[in-house]
Amino acid sequence: MMGYENQGYEEAAHLHTRKDQMTSITLSDDPSLQSNGSKSFLNDPLSSSSQFVEIPTDDSDPLRSTQTPSPTNHNSINSILEPPSYAEAVFRSFDLDSIDSADVNGQDHSPLAPSPSFSSNYLKISVSDPLREQELAGGSLVPGGSSYFSYLITTFTNISDFSGTEFNVRRRFKDFVALSDRLAESYRGFFIPLRPDKSVVESQVMQKNEFVEQRRAALEKYLRRLAAHPVIRVSEELRAFLESSSKISLYNRTSDANMASSRTLDGDVSDAMQPAKGGMDLLRMFKELKQSVANDWGGVKPPLVEDDKGFLERKEKLQDYEQQLVNVSQQAESLVKAQQDIGETMGQLGLAFVKLTKFETEEAIFDSQRTRSNDMKNVATAAVKASRLYRELNAQTVKHLDKIHEYLGVMLAVNNAFSDRSSAFLTVQTLLSDLSSLHSRIEKLEAASSKIFGGDRSRIRKIEELRETVRVTEDAKNSAVKDYEQIKENNRNELERLDKERHDDFVNMLKGFIVNQAGYAEKMANVWETVAEETSGYAKK
Amino acid sequence: MITTMNVQQRSGSGALVQSPRSPSSQSPYLRVSVSDPAKMGTGVQSYISYKVITKTNLPEYEGPEKIVIRRYSDFIWLRDRISEKYKGVFIPPLPEKSTVEKFRFSAEFIEMRRQALDVFVNRIASHHELQQSEDLRIFLQADEQTMERARSQETGIFKKKPTDLMQIFKDVQSRVSDVVLGKEKPVEESNPEYEKLKNYIFQLEDHLAEAQKHAYRLVKRHRELGQSLSDFGKAVTLLGNCEGNSLGKAFSELGAKSEMLSVKLQREAHHLLMNFEEPLKDYVRAVQSIKATIAERANAFRHHCELAEAIKFKEIDMNKLRLTRSEKLGEVEHEYEELRADGAEAARRFDKIVKLMNEEIVRFQEEKTLDMGLAFHEFAKGQAQLANGIADAWRSLLPKLENCSPSS
Repeated sequence: MMGYENQGYEEAAHLHTRKDQMTSITLSDDPSLQSNGSKSFLNDPLSSSSQFVEIPTDDSDPLRSTQTPSPTNHNSINSILEPPSYAEAVFRSFDLDSIDSADVNGQDHSPLAPSPSFSSNYLKISVSDPLREQELAGGSLVPGGSSYFSYLITTFTNISDFSGTEFNVRRRFKDFVALSDRLAESYRGFFIPLRPDKSVVESQVMQKNEFVEQRRAALEKYLRRLAAHPVIRVSEELRAFLESSSKISLYNRTSDANMASSRTLDGDVSDAMQPAKGGMDLLRMFKELKQSVANDWGGVKPPLVEDDKGFLERKEKLQDYEQQLVNVSQQAESLVKAQQDIGETMGQLGLAFVKLTKFETEEAIFDSQRTRSNDMKNVATAAVKASRLYRELNAQTVKHLDKIHEYLGVMLAVNNAFSDRSSAFLTVQTLLSDLSSLHSRIEKLEAASSKIFGGDRSRIRKIEELRETVRVTEDAKNSAVKDYEQIKENNRNELERLDKERHDDFVNMLKGFIVNQAGYAEKMANVWETVAEETSGYAKK
Repeated sequence: MITTMNVQQRSGSGALVQSPRSPSSQSPYLRVSVSDPAKMGTGVQSYISYKVITKTNLPEYEGPEKIVIRRYSDFIWLRDRISEKYKGVFIPPLPEKSTVEKFRFSAEFIEMRRQALDVFVNRIASHHELQQSEDLRIFLQADEQTMERARSQETGIFKKKPTDLMQIFKDVQSRVSDVVLGKEKPVEESNPEYEKLKNYIFQLEDHLAEAQKHAYRLVKRHRELGQSLSDFGKAVTLLGNCEGNSLGKAFSELGAKSEMLSVKLQREAHHLLMNFEEPLKDYVRAVQSIKATIAERANAFRHHCELAEAIKFKEIDMNKLRLTRSEKLGEVEHEYEELRADGAEAARRFDKIVKLMNEEIVRFQEEKTLDMGLAFHEFAKGQAQLANGIADAWRSLLPKLENCSPSS
């Protein structure tokens, strides 16, 4: 029995001994695995945050920290400028409400869009409290071994599929990778949100805490996106990940793929499949490769043609769409940069005038100087205000245009789903050609055998063997066709869902963007109109 | 006496292009405009010429209107001449020579220069001392050949080399800092008010230069924002074409509005440059011109002191010679008288500079308050108009978005 340093890993220790028996995480089978089911909190000394943290209502906004002017600036202008008016705060909350609270309910689109199925069911997830932990090598704690970070996953839900309403588990990045892999196997044809990158390089370049924080935020976004997907949110894989503190297995992928494809057949486990797998798998993969090469070179005409012209058109259109999306995302980035720059320069101009005003006031001998000083002060104040407005405008703009970046990720998921379809199609093709070659071999043997009087025992035996193989291959083919059809169906449904959600999301994005721009432009106009009024005496008639 | 007033009387004949910052006067009047820049010559020799139109009822000038053609170096000639003759006056500043070759003929640069030259000439024309200058009359009236001759004569005599000026500035600056640090050097005015003024001028230049730098950057930022908004608009339009249906249309409308606003931003950038950044630059130049006057005053003071010293020594010499009844006495007495005359002249000149400067500082402060007041007004007006335009444009899109039916 292996020894563990930390009490909180009791369950982990328990599971560790049974690791080799475990092929997948299942919930209902083993009661000992339901560690945190109904408890609100672990007496887990590893979790440093002993109070329950509030689930943040919006993604952490790195730009928030820049919204308040730096201390040094503030002191010198305090005496001259007024504090930001409360009207600004009111305006801001209108903008935030319609966009930010969406993430809380695990939905990616705003509550404004009709989504009756979600309104009462919620699945709120947050990722927090990164902790450094030691890699356990060979069971015993090796000092100086490599370390990794674990994250606290906190879940609130009222969905009945879950075995409780609150969960806390610790997961490391590897676990997320495993979850993502499992989902990809089980939900072929679905638009599954992509997990965060491994990004080894960044982890070495950035400061450790920066990197960890970035990763934490990315992992949280990932889980929330999974929770927003109508099918995946109630998947076994996600549930196991969120509920149990057991380690997610990385082994036996092929047998999982086995169960995965059977899962797409609504839980029917096809027993006949079992013996055909294992050694045949590798063979099949080579054959599929050969088939795809053959197809590419226009050799053998595939018996089953990807006949859905509608699908092919759709695919092309989506590729074009993706291209434009990339383009918009790049221009959006430059736009944000330009907005930031103009705000900064306006602020610097304002400060330069503040200094000039102070100087002129102190040194004033003539009334004309005092007048000028006063005029300058008004301009300085306006410029600093405008600079603040630009900064706020930009923070909001980033939030709105972020939708575009999100959908770039969605397009990647779509590509994955389409390639699921292609590979399923390839499997069917391969099996069909297998069958046809088997049949032709049987024909040849039968023809040869019939020429020999009394039959050819060895040939007859061979024919029997081949017929058996045909039977098995037929079953495999039927199963593969079912797979393929299912995946096609998944594709179709997902495309429908995508169209609807994309439409709603983008309409809201546009609205948010436009309202934001107009609102801040109006505020800036007010600021400048005041100054124009104050200086109107100087205007040439 | 020509008085300067803000109310402008336009005479009947034709459009008078006059920069809004040029002061104007009631009758008797002398109004000048610098307009119609035209490229002359070819290749390396090419330059820009300007039409200088003078409208006046003064007897010293020809007719109600006179038009001459002048180039930038002619303006420099005028500036140099009046700098020599009117020491103590804050000479109106000239726009700089262009350092970047390809920029020299850009429309924007030419327009900025034309505006600045117009302001320059009008400031001279409305200054109660400078407007009486003979050189101004030559500049405004003489034909091109006479002007060219006058211009080429001046090279070398009155033209101060930049290094000389730098040295003068450095001297003045070091003296200022010496005073500030408490080390007083002998040949220096011990006038606390004047010291304060010098300090003020030097610090003012630093502050103004910084403000002008940021103003120039702000112009650039407007251009950059305009460009990126235009690019964004184009990209969004293409996306809209992919989308189709009402959402696609909304995207296209957004794209079109973005491109429209980009044009507004470019326009505001230009407006900002001509009506805010240029006046600030002009302010900086004016302060630098004052520094030149400060240097002149220092020179005059030093000269006056040196002569006073020389007179003292000469007197001692003279008395020595009187005692020894030398035959050189007559000569020395003569020299002494000459020195006395020079000394009186130097003292007079110095006093004139002091008197002028006291008047000039008042005029300068008033002029700058008006100039900057107008610049601030233009700045605020431009920004308000831009912001309102932006708000209106975006708001006009909202009803179109409402038409995007929810997808269910």
